[in-house]
Amino acid sequence: MEIQLREERSDAPTQCLKSAASRMLCMYKTMLRIRTFEECIAEMVETREARTPCHLYIGQEAIATGVCEALRAQDTIWGGHRSHGHYLAKGGDARAMLAEILARSSGCSGGRGGSMHLYAADVGVLGTVPIVAGTVPLAVGAALANKLRGDGGVSVAFFGDGTIEEGHVHESLNLASIYRLPVIFVCENNLYASHMHLSERRCRDNIFEAGRFYGMPSERYDGNDVFTVYRAVAQAVRRARAGGGPSFLEMRTFRWRGHVGASWDIDVGVQRRGELQQWLPKDPVARAREILIRHGVKDTQLAEIQVVVDQEVACARKFARESQQLDGGGTLEHVFYSSNEAFKT
Amino acid sequence: MRTINYAQAIREAHCQLMETDPRVFVIGQGLWSPWYAGTSLLDLEKTFGKHRVLDTPVSENAVTGAAVGAALSGMRPIVFHPRMDFMLLAVDPIVNQAANWSYMFSGKIGAPIVIRSVINRGGEQGAQHSQATHAMFMHVPGLKVVMPSTPTDAKGLLISAVHDGNPVLYVDDRWLYDEVGEVPEGMYGTPIGKAVLRKKGSALTIVAISFMAREATRAAEALAQEQVYADVIDLRSLKPWDKEMVLESVRRTGRLVIADSGWHTCGAAAEIAATAATEAFYFLKAPIQRVTLPDSPAPTSAAEEMTFFRNWRHIVEAAQLTLKGEKCSNAL
Repeated sequence: MEIQLREERSDAPTQCLKSAASRMLCMYKTMLRIRTFEECIAEMVETREARTPCHLYIGQEAIATGVCEALRAQDTIWGGHRSHGHYLAKGGDARAMLAEILARSSGCSGGRGGSMHLYAADVGVLGTVPIVAGTVPLAVGAALANKLRGDGGVSVAFFGDGTIEEGHVHESLNLASIYRLPVIFVCENNLYASHMHLSERRCRDNIFEAGRFYGMPSERYDGNDVFTVYRAVAQAVRRARAGGGPSFLEMRTFRWRGHVGASWDIDVGVQRRGELQQWLPKDPVARAREILIRHGVKDTQLAEIQVVVDQEVACARKFARESQQLDGGGTLEHVFYSSNEAFKT
Repeated sequence: MRTINYAQAIREAHCQLMETDPRVFVIGQGLWSPWYAGTSLLDLEKTFGKHRVLDTPVSENAVTGAAVGAALSGMRPIVFHPRMDFMLLAVDPIVNQAANWSYMFSGKIGAPIVIRSVINRGGEQGAQHSQATHAMFMHVPGLKVVMPSTPTDAKGLLISAVHDGNPVLYVDDRWLYDEVGEVPEGMYGTPIGKAVLRKKGSALTIVAISFMAREATRAAEALAQEQVYADVIDLRSLKPWDKEMVLESVRRTGRLVIADSGWHTCGAAAEIAATAATEAFYFLKAPIQRVTLPDSPAPTSAAEEMTFFRNWRHIVEAAQLTLKGEKCSNAL
């Protein structure tokens, strides 16, 4: 399938890249962290050390990284079942994420969530949850809160291409537009909803048009190019903060592993079609590395980053493994939130 | 004390909540129209602005979800569904999202949202404009459900719900909007989870919910003319519900009638009956009676409505059956 992508050239003016050198290195490191953590999790899935369903982000790292690079700590992001990358890119504690995946009490969600329910309120992750499209209206509501408070914050809804087939996504786009809310809709189109290819689910390959019907900027981008993602989102964020309302961005990408679990060639029991070979050369991490090298970053410097990341992953895994298991005795705990605000009669 | 009606009491609660707390806002369908909300939201947008009293497109799911998102982000939204039937399009944000949020994240965060939903039936509106589905929501962990029957509680429970910090489904009934009662002018809360004894008696216990609590009081007055005195308990909260008060009364009277304006099967009355049968079995002198709607959609014609909906006379009949020790009041 040949698709015209709106791509900001990655080898664009050296001048610009030089001034953004630290940002580029920073994004590269974030992508590498996501990749390395996900590979570690894949291993834990294969050995059945991790039992919670894990939906790996390998292949899509540029999107979470580019988006979150354009955000502030208090801006919120809303994810779904495949949100390890979102959580890490926004600055969530990696040790707490691995502990959560092993359902330990030290996990970011207290061990109650597992892979699909991640939480890091201090960096704007108020909960990622796996009902498809469930968090899209929530992101709109977070932006409504930003607008009512006038705090200058924005929210980002991350969702996959399958999500656009849920009706309330369209309701959400309309609401965001009529109230001119500071929300950015980021559709990560990895071409598959579970095992179903886009062409089996949609009459047209036109997700990027979704926002146009609701009067907002709505474009398609190369989601495997972190610089393209960053620039596109930075522009949408500027617009949102200035009161210009929402934007819709379709990011084309591909997930390397199956829908859930560590398999390379099986999606929920269905043989994959073999497009992976076309996508491996578009590896977003390798592409970022090549650009950095082309602009004078030394191999040794990149190797050092890998060492630091490997160490971080090893430490996090150790922390998670050594953390306490839940004792199975707290069934009714936290069904209701304990508020100290209850009205005094 | 000053008296106002049920709808005015709801409106007053909204005003006082918005005056005292900048986090509170109202969002939903029909907020700027008396057609949808009666006088319960009349002209609120003129006082507080349309940015804070948001009349929305017909998008129940996204609107409710947006309110959940705002709640998670530190606001205190009240979502309005002018009919409970319409709210069924918003079950995902209520049941999957808001109700689970605290638990999924080990109590690190709550979803302080009030979902206000109106039972609005009669007048030949038919099956999709008449439903009272509160029992479905009573089933869900993490969700509180309140159903005031008096102006005093209509105001107090809304204030408590907004301050609760958890998702609360607040159900009011249009058939109660003209009920007049004494309502304190200041801000006050009615405790969630506490029932109230409306009448005192020893012959039997009548537990009633929302509109049927008003009917239960009338039934008790009719029974009193025959020297039969009933405890009338207005449950007010369905989740959590006041088991202690109900069980204490049943242990004293030995006879129980439950009146609810929802359906029979798996309804609120079924849960209360099961609890009484389990926890007060040896005190019961007669089978428990349930006054509920037949397991049928609401009819349209006025003649059929007359036989479908329940009122105080059905409660009196059920009371007489339990006093005789006979079983099954509803031929369902």
